[in-house]
Amino acid sequence: MNFAFTAENQKAFDALLTRYPTKQAALLPVLWLAQKQHGYLPFDVQEAIALMLDLPPGHVYGVVSFYTMFKDKPVGKYHLQVCRTLSCALVGSESIARRIEDKLKIKNGETTKDGLFSLELVECLASCGTGPAMQVNEAYMENLTEPKIDELLEKLAKT
Amino acid sequence: MTKVLTNRFGLKDSHTLPVYESTGGYVAVKKIFSMQPAEVITEVVKSGLRGRGGAGFPAGTKWGYIPKDSPKPKYLCINADESEPGTFKDRYLLELDPHQLIEGIIITCFAIGSNCCYIYCRGEFDLATKRIGAAVAEAYAKGYLGKGIFGKGYNLDVTVHRGAGAYICGEETALLESLEGKRGHPRIKPPFPALVGLFGCPTVINNVETISAVPFILGQGADSYRKWGTEKSPGTKLFSVSGHVKKPGVYEVPLGYPLKDFLLNECGGISGTGRLKAVIPGGSSVPILTAEEAWSANLDYESLAAKGTMLGSGGVIVMDDSVDMAWALKNLSLFYSHESCGQCTPCREGTGWINKILQRFYREGGTPEDLGLLNEICDNMVGKTICVLADALAMPVRSYLQKFPEDFARHFRKA
Repeated sequence: MNFAFTAENQKAFDALLTRYPTKQAALLPVLWLAQKQHGYLPFDVQEAIALMLDLPPGHVYGVVSFYTMFKDKPVGKYHLQVCRTLSCALVGSESIARRIEDKLKIKNGETTKDGLFSLELVECLASCGTGPAMQVNEAYMENLTEPKIDELLEKLAKT
Repeated sequence: MTKVLTNRFGLKDSHTLPVYESTGGYVAVKKIFSMQPAEVITEVVKSGLRGRGGAGFPAGTKWGYIPKDSPKPKYLCINADESEPGTFKDRYLLELDPHQLIEGIIITCFAIGSNCCYIYCRGEFDLATKRIGAAVAEAYAKGYLGKGIFGKGYNLDVTVHRGAGAYICGEETALLESLEGKRGHPRIKPPFPALVGLFGCPTVINNVETISAVPFILGQGADSYRKWGTEKSPGTKLFSVSGHVKKPGVYEVPLGYPLKDFLLNECGGISGTGRLKAVIPGGSSVPILTAEEAWSANLDYESLAAKGTMLGSGGVIVMDDSVDMAWALKNLSLFYSHESCGQCTPCREGTGWINKILQRFYREGGTPEDLGLLNEICDNMVGKTICVLADALAMPVRSYLQKFPEDFARHFRKA
Protein backbone atom coordinates (compact mmCIF):
# COMPACT_ATOMS: atom_id res chain seq x y z
CA MET A 1 0.00 0.00 0.00
CA ASN A 2 1.24 3.47 -0.84
CA PHE A 3 0.07 5.97 1.72
CA ALA A 4 -0.48 9.56 0.62
CA PHE A 5 -2.34 12.42 2.20
CA THR A 6 -5.57 13.63 0.62
CA ALA A 7 -5.34 17.04 -1.05
CA GLU A 8 -6.86 18.71 2.01
CA ASN A 9 -4.58 16.93 4.44
CA GLN A 10 -1.55 17.62 2.24
CA LYS A 11 -2.32 21.31 2.72
CA ALA A 12 -2.53 20.81 6.46
CA PHE A 13 0.78 18.91 6.32
CA ASP A 14 2.49 21.76 4.44
CA ALA A 15 1.12 24.26 6.94
CA LEU A 16 2.37 22.19 9.88
CA LEU A 17 5.93 22.21 8.56
CA THR A 18 5.99 26.02 8.66
CA ARG A 19 5.34 25.98 12.44
CA TYR A 20 8.59 24.23 13.42
CA PRO A 21 12.27 24.87 12.71
CA THR A 22 12.92 21.15 12.04
CA LYS A 23 10.91 18.58 10.08
CA GLN A 24 11.26 16.09 12.92
CA ALA A 25 9.39 18.39 15.32
CA ALA A 26 6.30 18.05 13.13
CA LEU A 27 6.26 14.28 13.67
CA LEU A 28 3.55 14.13 16.36
CA PRO A 29 1.11 16.44 14.55
CA VAL A 30 1.79 14.64 11.26
CA LEU A 31 1.11 11.27 12.90
CA TRP A 32 -2.18 12.68 14.24
CA LEU A 33 -3.09 13.81 10.75
CA ALA A 34 -2.27 10.40 9.28
CA GLN A 35 -4.19 8.59 12.01
CA LYS A 36 -7.22 10.81 11.40
CA GLN A 37 -7.13 9.98 7.69
CA HIS A 38 -6.28 6.29 7.86
CA GLY A 39 -7.83 5.31 11.20
CA TYR A 40 -4.62 3.79 12.54
CA LEU A 41 -0.90 3.73 11.79
CA PRO A 42 0.25 0.43 10.26
CA PHE A 43 3.93 0.11 9.46
CA ASP A 44 3.64 1.15 5.80
CA VAL A 45 1.97 4.41 6.84
CA GLN A 46 4.78 4.96 9.32
CA GLU A 47 7.33 4.33 6.57
CA ALA A 48 5.62 6.81 4.25
CA ILE A 49 5.71 9.45 7.01
CA ALA A 50 9.38 8.70 7.66
CA LEU A 51 10.08 9.45 3.98
CA MET A 52 8.06 12.68 4.07
CA LEU A 53 9.96 13.96 7.12
CA ASP A 54 13.42 12.58 6.23
CA LEU A 55 13.47 10.37 9.31
CA PRO A 56 14.61 6.77 9.77
CA PRO A 57 11.54 4.46 9.85
CA GLY A 58 12.83 3.06 13.13
CA HIS A 59 12.57 6.50 14.71
CA VAL A 60 8.95 6.84 13.64
CA TYR A 61 8.15 3.35 14.95
CA GLY A 62 9.86 4.23 18.24
CA VAL A 63 7.62 7.27 18.60
CA VAL A 64 4.40 5.52 17.56
CA SER A 65 5.00 2.71 20.04
CA PHE A 66 5.84 5.14 22.89
CA TYR A 67 2.60 7.12 22.88
CA THR A 68 -0.54 5.24 23.90
CA MET A 69 -2.88 7.23 21.64
CA PHE A 70 -1.11 6.22 18.43
CA LYS A 71 -2.52 2.88 17.28
CA ASP A 72 -0.65 0.52 14.98
CA LYS A 73 -3.71 -1.77 14.87
CA PRO A 74 -7.31 -0.78 14.19
CA VAL A 75 -9.64 -0.14 17.13
CA GLY A 76 -13.44 -0.30 17.10
CA LYS A 77 -15.62 2.31 15.44
CA TYR A 78 -16.38 3.38 19.01
CA HIS A 79 -13.24 3.19 21.12
CA LEU A 80 -14.30 3.19 24.78
CA GLN A 81 -11.50 4.41 27.03
CA VAL A 82 -12.46 4.02 30.67
CA CYS A 83 -10.36 5.80 33.27
CA ARG A 84 -9.05 3.34 35.84
CA THR A 85 -6.94 5.67 38.02
CA LEU A 86 -7.62 6.40 41.68
CA SER A 87 -10.11 9.30 41.62
CA CYS A 88 -12.46 7.53 39.22
CA ALA A 89 -11.89 4.20 40.98
CA LEU A 90 -13.01 5.78 44.27
CA VAL A 91 -16.39 6.58 42.72
CA GLY A 92 -17.00 3.29 40.95
CA SER A 93 -15.06 3.03 37.67
CA GLU A 94 -14.33 -0.66 38.29
CA SER A 95 -18.01 -1.52 38.01
CA ILE A 96 -18.35 0.68 34.91
CA ALA A 97 -15.56 -1.22 33.17
CA ARG A 98 -17.06 -4.54 34.27
CA ARG A 99 -20.46 -3.52 32.91
CA ILE A 100 -18.94 -2.78 29.50
CA GLU A 101 -17.02 -6.08 29.53
CA ASP A 102 -20.19 -8.03 30.38
CA LYS A 103 -22.38 -6.25 27.86
CA LEU A 104 -19.96 -6.43 24.95
CA LYS A 105 -18.24 -9.70 25.96
CA ILE A 106 -14.81 -8.18 25.44
CA LYS A 107 -11.91 -7.55 27.79
CA ASN A 108 -9.48 -4.65 28.09
CA GLY A 109 -7.64 -4.30 24.77
CA GLU A 110 -10.19 -6.24 22.72
CA THR A 111 -12.61 -5.33 19.92
CA THR A 112 -16.08 -6.80 19.31
CA LYS A 113 -16.28 -9.19 16.34
CA ASP A 114 -18.38 -6.73 14.33
CA GLY A 115 -15.66 -4.09 14.80
CA LEU A 116 -18.13 -1.69 16.41
CA PHE A 117 -16.70 -1.40 19.92
CA SER A 118 -13.29 -1.68 21.54
CA LEU A 119 -12.41 -1.28 25.21
CA GLU A 120 -9.26 0.18 26.71
CA LEU A 121 -8.65 0.92 30.37
CA VAL A 122 -6.68 4.15 30.41
CA GLU A 123 -4.89 6.25 32.99
CA CYS A 124 -6.22 9.48 34.52
CA LEU A 125 -8.19 11.56 31.97
CA ALA A 126 -8.17 14.72 34.13
CA SER A 127 -11.89 14.34 34.70
CA CYS A 128 -11.49 13.44 38.36
CA GLY A 129 -14.24 15.68 39.75
CA THR A 130 -16.80 14.25 37.33
CA GLY A 131 -15.92 10.57 37.57
CA PRO A 132 -16.33 7.84 36.67
CA ALA A 133 -15.25 9.12 33.27
CA MET A 134 -14.44 7.69 29.88
CA GLN A 135 -13.67 8.86 26.38
CA VAL A 136 -15.72 7.58 23.47
CA ASN A 137 -13.27 8.23 20.67
CA GLU A 138 -12.45 11.91 21.46
CA ALA A 139 -15.54 12.90 23.44
CA TYR A 140 -15.61 12.85 27.24
CA MET A 141 -18.52 11.12 28.99
CA GLU A 142 -18.68 11.88 32.70
CA ASN A 143 -20.53 10.96 35.91
CA LEU A 144 -21.10 7.49 34.45
CA THR A 145 -23.52 4.99 35.95
CA GLU A 146 -24.36 1.46 34.84
CA PRO A 147 -27.76 2.49 33.40
CA LYS A 148 -26.03 5.29 31.47
CA ILE A 149 -23.63 2.72 30.00
CA ASP A 150 -26.50 0.43 28.95
CA GLU A 151 -28.29 3.33 27.31
CA LEU A 152 -25.16 4.56 25.52
CA LEU A 153 -24.17 1.15 24.15
CA GLU A 154 -27.69 0.59 22.81
CA LYS A 155 -27.74 4.01 21.17
CA LEU A 156 -24.32 3.58 19.57
CA ALA A 157 -25.12 0.08 18.31
CA LYS A 158 -28.02 1.53 16.32
CA THR A 159 -26.06 4.31 14.61
CA MET B 1 -12.76 41.27 40.96
CA THR B 2 -12.66 38.85 43.80
CA LYS B 3 -10.47 36.24 42.17
CA VAL B 4 -7.43 36.06 39.94
CA LEU B 5 -7.94 33.08 37.66
CA THR B 6 -11.59 32.05 37.62
CA ASN B 7 -13.50 35.33 37.27
CA ARG B 8 -14.94 34.34 33.90
CA PHE B 9 -15.71 30.68 34.63
CA GLY B 10 -19.46 31.21 35.01
CA LEU B 11 -19.93 33.50 32.00
CA LYS B 12 -21.59 32.38 28.80
CA ASP B 13 -19.05 31.97 25.97
CA SER B 14 -16.24 32.81 28.40
CA HIS B 15 -13.80 31.20 25.96
CA THR B 16 -14.37 33.76 23.22
CA LEU B 17 -12.49 36.97 22.48
CA PRO B 18 -15.49 39.36 22.75
CA VAL B 19 -16.36 38.10 26.24
CA TYR B 20 -12.72 38.23 27.31
CA GLU B 21 -12.28 41.80 26.10
CA SER B 22 -15.57 43.01 27.56
CA THR B 23 -14.44 41.78 30.99
CA GLY B 24 -11.09 43.53 31.19
CA GLY B 25 -9.08 41.22 28.96
CA TYR B 26 -6.11 42.36 26.83
CA VAL B 27 -5.77 45.53 28.91
CA ALA B 28 -2.70 44.54 30.93
CA VAL B 29 -0.82 43.50 27.81
CA LYS B 30 -1.16 46.98 26.28
CA LYS B 31 0.72 48.45 29.27
CA ILE B 32 3.83 46.36 28.83
CA PHE B 33 4.93 47.89 25.54
CA SER B 34 5.84 51.08 27.40
CA MET B 35 7.90 49.04 29.87
CA GLN B 36 11.33 47.43 29.63
CA PRO B 37 11.30 43.59 29.60
CA ALA B 38 13.37 43.63 32.81
CA GLU B 39 10.67 45.69 34.52
CA VAL B 40 8.06 43.08 33.61
CA ILE B 41 10.23 40.36 35.12
CA THR B 42 10.76 42.48 38.25
CA GLU B 43 7.01 42.85 38.72
CA VAL B 44 6.50 39.09 38.51
CA VAL B 45 9.40 38.49 40.91
CA LYS B 46 7.81 40.97 43.33
CA SER B 47 4.45 39.19 43.12
CA GLY B 48 6.11 36.02 44.40
CA LEU B 49 4.24 33.93 41.81
CA ARG B 50 5.41 30.34 42.05
CA GLY B 51 5.17 27.65 39.38
CA ARG B 52 1.83 25.87 39.61
CA GLY B 53 2.86 22.69 37.81
CA GLY B 54 4.05 20.97 40.97
CA ALA B 55 7.53 22.11 41.89
CA GLY B 56 6.61 25.64 43.01
CA PHE B 57 9.69 27.34 41.58
CA PRO B 58 9.41 31.17 41.50
CA ALA B 59 8.30 32.10 37.98
CA GLY B 60 10.04 35.47 37.71
CA THR B 61 13.33 33.98 38.87
CA LYS B 62 13.05 31.30 36.19
CA TRP B 63 12.50 33.95 33.52
CA GLY B 64 15.54 35.85 34.78
CA TYR B 65 17.79 32.88 33.94
CA ILE B 66 17.24 33.39 30.20
CA PRO B 67 20.47 34.88 28.83
CA LYS B 68 19.98 38.32 27.32
CA ASP B 69 23.01 38.24 25.04
CA SER B 70 22.37 34.85 23.39
CA PRO B 71 22.13 35.08 19.58
CA LYS B 72 19.84 32.03 19.54
CA PRO B 73 16.05 32.24 19.38
CA LYS B 74 14.33 31.96 22.73
CA TYR B 75 11.24 29.85 23.35
CA LEU B 76 8.35 29.76 25.75
CA CYS B 77 6.66 26.39 26.23
CA ILE B 78 3.36 26.15 28.02
CA ASN B 79 2.94 22.90 29.87
CA ALA B 80 -0.69 21.92 29.25
CA ASP B 81 0.06 18.21 29.52
CA GLU B 82 -1.99 17.98 32.70
CA SER B 83 -1.86 14.30 33.66
CA GLU B 84 -1.20 14.13 37.40
CA PRO B 85 -3.94 11.91 38.84
CA GLY B 86 -6.47 14.05 40.69
CA THR B 87 -5.64 17.24 38.75
CA PHE B 88 -7.96 18.89 36.23
CA LYS B 89 -7.62 22.66 36.76
CA ASP B 90 -5.58 23.38 33.60
CA ARG B 91 -8.26 21.68 31.55
CA TYR B 92 -10.79 24.15 33.00
CA LEU B 93 -8.49 27.12 32.34
CA LEU B 94 -8.04 26.03 28.71
CA GLU B 95 -11.72 25.32 28.15
CA LEU B 96 -13.18 28.30 30.00
CA ASP B 97 -10.65 31.12 29.69
CA PRO B 98 -8.06 30.43 26.96
CA HIS B 99 -7.52 34.12 26.18
CA GLN B 100 -6.30 34.73 29.73
CA LEU B 101 -3.54 32.21 28.98
CA ILE B 102 -2.76 33.83 25.62
CA GLU B 103 -2.49 37.28 27.21
CA GLY B 104 -0.13 35.76 29.80
CA ILE B 105 1.89 34.22 26.98
CA ILE B 106 2.28 37.55 25.19
CA ILE B 107 3.48 39.27 28.39
CA THR B 108 5.86 36.43 29.24
CA CYS B 109 7.35 36.25 25.74
CA PHE B 110 7.89 40.02 25.78
CA ALA B 111 9.64 39.71 29.17
CA ILE B 112 12.05 36.97 28.09
CA GLY B 113 12.58 38.24 24.54
CA SER B 114 10.88 35.35 22.77
CA ASN B 115 9.04 35.44 19.45
CA CYS B 116 7.82 31.86 19.54
CA CYS B 117 5.67 29.89 21.95
CA TYR B 118 4.40 26.32 21.88
CA ILE B 119 1.42 25.20 23.95
CA TYR B 120 1.86 21.49 24.63
CA CYS B 121 -1.66 20.11 25.23
CA ARG B 122 -2.17 16.59 26.40
CA GLY B 123 -3.49 14.35 23.63
CA GLU B 124 -6.72 13.40 25.41
CA PHE B 125 -7.80 17.04 25.76
CA ASP B 126 -10.10 17.29 22.77
CA LEU B 127 -12.32 20.22 23.79
CA ALA B 128 -9.49 22.06 25.56
CA THR B 129 -7.24 21.77 22.49
CA LYS B 130 -10.05 23.00 20.22
CA ARG B 131 -10.82 25.94 22.52
CA ILE B 132 -7.21 27.11 22.86
CA GLY B 133 -6.70 26.56 19.11
CA ALA B 134 -9.76 28.68 18.29
CA ALA B 135 -8.64 31.37 20.74
CA VAL B 136 -5.17 31.49 19.14
CA ALA B 137 -6.85 31.90 15.72
CA GLU B 138 -9.03 34.74 17.09
CA ALA B 139 -5.95 36.47 18.50
CA TYR B 140 -4.12 36.16 15.16
CA ALA B 141 -7.11 37.60 13.31
CA LYS B 142 -7.25 40.57 15.68
CA GLY B 143 -3.52 41.32 15.33
CA TYR B 144 -2.75 40.23 18.91
CA LEU B 145 -0.50 37.47 17.60
CA GLY B 146 1.63 37.33 14.47
CA LYS B 147 3.69 40.15 13.00
CA GLY B 148 3.77 43.59 14.67
CA ILE B 149 1.27 42.70 17.39
CA PHE B 150 -0.89 45.49 18.86
CA GLY B 151 0.56 47.75 16.20
CA LYS B 152 4.00 47.58 17.84
CA GLY B 153 7.15 46.30 16.20
CA TYR B 154 7.02 43.00 18.02
CA ASN B 155 6.38 39.58 16.44
CA LEU B 156 4.99 36.57 18.25
CA ASP B 157 3.95 33.17 16.93
CA VAL B 158 1.99 30.74 19.07
CA THR B 159 1.46 27.10 18.05
CA VAL B 160 -0.78 24.57 19.78
CA HIS B 161 0.97 21.21 19.83
CA ARG B 162 -0.92 18.07 20.74
CA GLY B 163 0.69 15.27 22.75
CA ALA B 164 -0.35 11.66 22.28
CA GLY B 165 -0.81 10.03 25.64
CA ALA B 166 2.21 9.94 27.92
CA TYR B 167 2.19 11.15 31.55
CA ILE B 168 5.95 11.64 31.43
CA CYS B 169 5.64 14.44 28.87
CA GLY B 170 4.46 16.69 31.71
CA GLU B 171 8.06 16.52 32.98
CA GLU B 172 9.55 19.63 31.41
CA THR B 173 12.51 18.11 29.59
CA ALA B 174 10.45 15.14 28.38
CA LEU B 175 8.01 17.71 27.04
CA LEU B 176 10.87 19.31 25.08
CA GLU B 177 11.93 15.96 23.65
CA SER B 178 8.34 15.25 22.66
CA LEU B 179 8.00 18.67 21.02
CA GLU B 180 11.12 17.88 19.00
CA GLY B 181 9.38 14.77 17.62
CA LYS B 182 10.91 12.13 19.85
CA ARG B 183 9.92 9.69 22.57
CA GLY B 184 9.30 11.56 25.80
CA HIS B 185 12.51 10.71 27.64
CA PRO B 186 13.54 13.26 30.30
CA ARG B 187 16.95 14.87 29.84
CA ILE B 188 19.77 14.97 32.34
CA LYS B 189 20.03 18.38 34.04
CA PRO B 190 22.21 20.44 33.89
CA PRO B 191 22.18 21.98 31.39
CA PHE B 192 18.88 23.52 32.41
CA PRO B 193 16.34 24.49 29.73
CA ALA B 194 16.89 28.20 30.44
CA LEU B 195 20.27 27.74 28.70
CA VAL B 196 19.82 24.63 26.54
CA GLY B 197 16.15 23.90 25.98
CA LEU B 198 13.95 23.47 22.94
CA PHE B 199 16.04 22.91 19.77
CA GLY B 200 19.11 23.63 21.93
CA CYS B 201 17.95 27.20 22.61
CA PRO B 202 17.14 29.11 25.82
CA THR B 203 13.65 28.06 26.91
CA VAL B 204 11.17 28.83 29.66
CA ILE B 205 8.62 26.13 30.48
CA ASN B 206 5.68 27.14 32.65
CA ASN B 207 2.38 25.57 33.62
CA VAL B 208 -0.95 26.88 32.25
CA GLU B 209 -2.06 28.13 35.67
CA THR B 210 1.21 30.00 36.27
CA ILE B 211 1.00 31.96 33.02
CA SER B 212 -2.75 32.53 33.43
CA ALA B 213 -1.99 34.56 36.59
CA VAL B 214 0.40 36.89 34.75
CA PRO B 215 -2.20 39.26 33.19
CA PHE B 216 -3.61 39.99 36.67
CA ILE B 217 -0.14 40.66 38.10
CA LEU B 218 0.80 43.08 35.33
CA GLY B 219 -2.66 44.63 35.21
CA GLN B 220 -3.28 45.15 38.93
CA GLY B 221 0.29 45.10 40.19
CA ALA B 222 2.28 42.69 42.32
CA ASP B 223 0.95 44.22 45.55
CA SER B 224 -2.64 43.42 44.58
CA TYR B 225 -1.65 39.83 43.94
CA ARG B 226 0.04 39.68 47.32
CA LYS B 227 -3.20 40.67 49.06
CA TRP B 228 -3.94 36.95 48.95
CA GLY B 229 -1.90 34.11 50.32
CA THR B 230 1.02 34.06 52.71
CA GLU B 231 4.41 35.77 52.69
CA LYS B 232 6.16 32.82 51.04
CA SER B 233 3.16 31.49 49.10
CA PRO B 234 1.45 34.60 47.75
CA GLY B 235 -1.66 34.71 45.61
CA THR B 236 -4.43 32.27 44.92
CA LYS B 237 -4.29 28.70 43.66
CA LEU B 238 -6.68 26.39 41.90
CA PHE B 239 -7.44 23.15 43.69
CA SER B 240 -9.00 20.20 41.86
CA VAL B 241 -11.01 18.11 44.29
CA SER B 242 -12.11 14.55 43.67
CA GLY B 243 -13.09 11.43 45.58
CA HIS B 244 -15.36 11.42 48.60
CA VAL B 245 -16.60 15.01 48.90
CA LYS B 246 -20.11 16.26 48.28
CA LYS B 247 -19.10 18.92 45.77
CA PRO B 248 -16.04 17.86 43.77
CA GLY B 249 -14.66 20.38 41.26
CA VAL B 250 -12.14 23.17 40.72
CA TYR B 251 -11.93 25.92 43.35
CA GLU B 252 -9.78 29.02 43.57
CA VAL B 253 -8.75 29.86 47.11
CA PRO B 254 -5.99 31.99 48.63
CA LEU B 255 -2.86 30.03 49.48
CA GLY B 256 -2.67 29.29 53.19
CA TYR B 257 -6.39 28.48 53.35
CA PRO B 258 -7.15 25.84 56.01
CA LEU B 259 -7.77 22.44 54.43
CA LYS B 260 -10.52 21.75 56.98
CA ASP B 261 -12.51 24.85 55.98
CA PHE B 262 -11.90 23.99 52.35
CA LEU B 263 -13.28 20.45 52.69
CA LEU B 264 -16.25 21.44 54.83
CA ASN B 265 -17.25 24.68 53.08
CA GLU B 266 -16.16 24.79 49.43
CA CYS B 267 -16.34 21.02 48.97
CA GLY B 268 -19.57 20.60 50.95
CA GLY B 269 -18.17 18.05 53.41
CA ILE B 270 -17.15 14.41 53.23
CA SER B 271 -19.41 12.09 51.24
CA GLY B 272 -19.53 8.29 51.24
CA THR B 273 -19.46 7.20 54.89
CA GLY B 274 -19.07 10.84 55.93
CA ARG B 275 -15.95 10.00 57.92
CA LEU B 276 -12.59 11.13 56.55
CA LYS B 277 -9.74 8.63 56.38
CA ALA B 278 -7.06 10.27 54.26
CA VAL B 279 -6.31 13.15 51.90
CA ILE B 280 -3.80 13.33 49.07
CA PRO B 281 -3.22 17.11 48.95
CA GLY B 282 -1.24 17.68 45.75
CA GLY B 283 -1.78 15.01 43.12
CA SER B 284 -1.13 11.29 43.49
CA SER B 285 2.66 11.69 43.57
CA VAL B 286 2.82 13.31 47.01
CA PRO B 287 2.82 11.61 50.42
CA ILE B 288 -0.65 11.06 51.89
CA LEU B 289 -2.11 12.77 54.97
CA THR B 290 -4.13 10.96 57.63
CA ALA B 291 -7.47 12.52 58.62
CA GLU B 292 -5.88 13.94 61.76
CA GLU B 293 -3.05 15.55 59.79
CA ALA B 294 -5.45 16.83 57.15
CA TRP B 295 -7.76 18.57 59.63
CA SER B 296 -4.87 20.74 60.86
CA ALA B 297 -3.18 21.42 57.49
CA ASN B 298 -3.14 24.64 55.50
CA LEU B 299 -3.06 24.80 51.72
CA ASP B 300 0.30 26.39 51.00
CA TYR B 301 3.78 25.21 50.07
CA GLU B 302 5.36 25.67 53.53
CA SER B 303 2.56 24.27 55.71
CA LEU B 304 2.27 21.12 53.64
CA ALA B 305 6.06 20.68 53.58
CA ALA B 306 5.97 20.90 57.39
CA LYS B 307 3.49 18.01 57.35
CA GLY B 308 5.90 15.95 55.26
CA THR B 309 3.99 16.29 52.02
CA MET B 310 3.70 18.77 49.15
CA LEU B 311 1.26 21.19 47.56
CA GLY B 312 2.23 19.69 44.19
CA SER B 313 -0.35 20.32 41.48
CA GLY B 314 -3.18 21.03 43.93
CA GLY B 315 -4.97 17.81 43.06
CA VAL B 316 -6.85 16.98 46.28
CA ILE B 317 -8.05 13.37 46.46
CA VAL B 318 -10.31 12.70 49.44
CA MET B 319 -10.97 9.22 50.85
CA ASP B 320 -13.59 8.16 53.37
CA ASP B 321 -12.99 5.43 55.94
CA SER B 322 -14.32 2.66 53.71
CA VAL B 323 -11.23 2.88 51.50
CA ASP B 324 -8.60 0.14 51.82
CA MET B 325 -5.21 1.83 51.42
CA ALA B 326 -3.70 -1.38 50.03
CA TRP B 327 -6.27 -1.15 47.23
CA ALA B 328 -5.57 2.56 46.66
CA LEU B 329 -1.81 2.01 46.51
CA LYS B 330 -2.24 -0.96 44.16
CA ASN B 331 -4.27 1.31 41.87
CA LEU B 332 -1.57 4.00 41.85
CA SER B 333 1.34 1.59 41.41
CA LEU B 334 -0.24 0.39 38.16
CA PHE B 335 -0.34 4.00 36.97
CA TYR B 336 3.35 4.67 37.62
CA SER B 337 4.44 1.33 36.26
CA HIS B 338 2.48 2.04 33.07
CA GLU B 339 3.80 5.59 32.77
CA SER B 340 7.51 5.04 33.50
CA CYS B 341 9.32 5.97 30.27
CA GLY B 342 11.68 3.04 30.73
CA GLN B 343 14.85 5.04 30.41
CA CYS B 344 16.29 4.51 33.93
CA THR B 345 16.56 1.02 35.37
CA PRO B 346 15.64 1.92 38.99
CA CYS B 347 12.37 3.44 37.78
CA ARG B 348 11.45 0.98 35.04
CA GLU B 349 12.16 -2.05 37.25
CA GLY B 350 11.20 -0.40 40.55
CA THR B 351 7.74 0.74 39.47
CA GLY B 352 7.23 -2.58 37.70
CA TRP B 353 8.12 -4.71 40.73
CA ILE B 354 6.22 -2.53 43.19
CA ASN B 355 3.18 -2.94 40.99
CA LYS B 356 3.59 -6.71 40.65
CA ILE B 357 4.10 -7.16 44.39
CA LEU B 358 1.10 -4.99 45.30
CA GLN B 359 -1.19 -6.65 42.76
CA ARG B 360 -0.28 -10.08 44.14
CA PHE B 361 -0.46 -8.80 47.72
CA TYR B 362 -3.99 -7.54 47.14
CA ARG B 363 -5.14 -10.55 45.10
CA GLU B 364 -3.62 -13.45 47.01
CA GLY B 365 -2.52 -11.99 50.32
CA GLY B 366 1.08 -11.38 51.39
CA THR B 367 3.58 -11.46 54.22
CA PRO B 368 5.31 -8.85 56.42
CA GLU B 369 8.44 -9.50 54.33
CA ASP B 370 6.63 -8.12 51.28
CA LEU B 371 6.31 -4.77 53.02
CA GLY B 372 10.03 -4.77 53.87
CA LEU B 373 10.77 -5.57 50.24
CA LEU B 374 8.59 -2.67 49.05
CA ASN B 375 10.48 -0.25 51.30
CA GLU B 376 13.78 -1.65 50.07
CA ILE B 377 12.77 -1.13 46.43
CA CYS B 378 11.84 2.47 47.30
CA ASP B 379 15.32 3.00 48.77
CA ASN B 380 16.74 1.95 45.42
CA MET B 381 14.54 4.36 43.48
CA VAL B 382 14.57 7.71 45.30
CA GLY B 383 17.17 10.10 43.92
CA LYS B 384 18.65 7.52 41.57
CA THR B 385 17.02 8.46 38.28
CA ILE B 386 17.06 11.25 35.69
CA CYS B 387 13.61 12.61 36.61
CA VAL B 388 11.38 12.27 39.66
CA LEU B 389 8.83 9.74 38.38
CA ALA B 390 10.50 7.04 40.48
CA ASP B 391 10.27 9.25 43.58
CA ALA B 392 6.65 10.02 42.70
CA LEU B 393 5.76 6.38 43.36
CA ALA B 394 8.27 5.72 46.13
CA MET B 395 7.01 8.62 48.27
CA PRO B 396 3.40 7.44 48.31
CA VAL B 397 4.45 3.82 48.91
CA ARG B 398 6.50 4.79 51.97
CA SER B 399 3.80 7.05 53.37
CA TYR B 400 0.91 4.62 52.86
CA LEU B 401 2.87 1.76 54.47
CA GLN B 402 3.91 3.95 57.38
CA LYS B 403 0.56 5.65 58.05
CA PHE B 404 -1.88 2.82 57.35
CA PRO B 405 -0.05 -0.39 58.38
CA GLU B 406 -3.32 -2.04 59.52
CA ASP B 407 -4.72 -1.85 55.97
CA PHE B 408 -1.78 -3.88 54.73
CA ALA B 409 -1.69 -6.28 57.71
CA ARG B 410 -5.29 -7.19 56.87
CA HIS B 411 -3.98 -8.80 53.69
CA PHE B 412 -1.39 -11.02 55.39
CA ARG B 413 -1.88 -14.67 54.55
CA LYS B 414 -2.99 -16.80 57.51
CA ALA B 415 -0.19 -19.16 58.57
